[in-house]
Amino acid sequence: MSEQTHFVEIRHAQKSFGSLEVLKDISLNVERGQIVGIIGSSGSGKSTLLRAINDLDPLTGGEIWLDGVQVNKTLPHRQYEKHINEMRQQVGMVFQHFNLFPHMTARENVTMAPKLLKGLSQADADKLAEEQLDKVGMLERIDYYPSQLSGGQKQRVAIARALAMKPKLMLFDEATSALDPELVEEVNMVMKKLAEEHMTMIIVTHEMDFAASVCDRVLFMDKGVVVEEGPPSVLFKNPTQDRTREFLRKHIEGAS
Amino acid sequence: MDIDLMLKVYPFFLEAAWVTILLSVLTAILGLICGTLGAAARLSRFAVLRFLGAAYVSLFRGTPALIQLFILYFGGPQIGIQLDAFEAGVIGLGINAGAYMTETIRGAIIAIDKGQREAARTLGLSSWQATYKVILPQAARLMVRPLGVNLNMLIKATALVAAIAVVELTYTAQRYIGSTYKPFEMFLLAGVLYMIIIYVVGRGVAWLDRKVQIT
Repeated sequence: MSEQTHFVEIRHAQKSFGSLEVLKDISLNVERGQIVGIIGSSGSGKSTLLRAINDLDPLTGGEIWLDGVQVNKTLPHRQYEKHINEMRQQVGMVFQHFNLFPHMTARENVTMAPKLLKGLSQADADKLAEEQLDKVGMLERIDYYPSQLSGGQKQRVAIARALAMKPKLMLFDEATSALDPELVEEVNMVMKKLAEEHMTMIIVTHEMDFAASVCDRVLFMDKGVVVEEGPPSVLFKNPTQDRTREFLRKHIEGAS
Repeated sequence: MDIDLMLKVYPFFLEAAWVTILLSVLTAILGLICGTLGAAARLSRFAVLRFLGAAYVSLFRGTPALIQLFILYFGGPQIGIQLDAFEAGVIGLGINAGAYMTETIRGAIIAIDKGQREAARTLGLSSWQATYKVILPQAARLMVRPLGVNLNMLIKATALVAAIAVVELTYTAQRYIGSTYKPFEMFLLAGVLYMIIIYVVGRGVAWLDRKVQIT
């Protein structure tokens, strides 16, 4: 259809489960190198929106574009699978519950996809694993299984696994929500490091302080719509909408 | 109890035990093949295959294995299927065991957290790549014990083929009762040999289960 002008472009995203509409006509643009935070209470649709970007939760209406290519285009099953696998290789995703592969060591978790999909040799894959695990401070645990790691360590390995595919875009789905409070910081540090390297990131989070410190822009979602968006300095300090104020008041009181 | 008689006929029982073992091995192999296909069908994205898989399971778990054997062996010739007793035994029991194994294999696969498949797909793996790299290696570990139970049941079910005159342990016991009139000794001897087979297999399964667990 029309030319895409933004790095990530979400056009009129709509999603229903039966009669329940969880995303109502959401449009959003993200530029290369931008870091966008999405906040909102559970059930607001923020995770669904994030998961629509790599088609884990397909939209029922609207379009997702990444770097000039439509992600959710209509194709026959086989062609679509091929297309979406190529798209997903360019988008890293980090989950709340890590979803590390428990039967593989940290090294194997990181190297499995690059070996399988990009045909890396074992030597190149090992080098890649060392690089990526070093970056997240997990080089010493390279041959540990996930069950031998703490939550924060697991999440750092999961980030390394996603980065090993050299993605253009990283999606974080409440990456620190399942962690004990004392383990949150080590994961936040890794994400900050990525921010400094100008990785494009979309971050669904419950942590207002973190969102305020790393995001260029924050969206507040409620009941399937973006209620308000802006730079964190504006959205957190001077929200214009009642619903945003309400949410922030509860959340900041709840946190302290 | 006539120990002398038991010692005298023991070698013939041992020979019959090998038939039981061969029958069990072949049945287990066929059962695993049917179970794998059955589970694949039940988990297919095509409704027709899911229906066929479910129909297979409910048909073969919902009727006595003995009736299935009788239909195959005695009823088969009427519809042009000519099998000797041993072949009918293996095929009948194998298809029957496959119905139980279908559910075991399917159960292990769906027990794997859906986040595992999502993580694999997110990296760009195809559905099949996610299945064989991520899901199956984990599901296989979960399958060992319940498949061991299936195997245990299947070994005991081989006694049914005595009814179509396959010369395995149970049939041999019955035959010697005909000539010795000592059912207690003969069935006891058969029972002990079954127990030894099942004990060894059980230990093997337990060993395999320990070996495949993730550290």
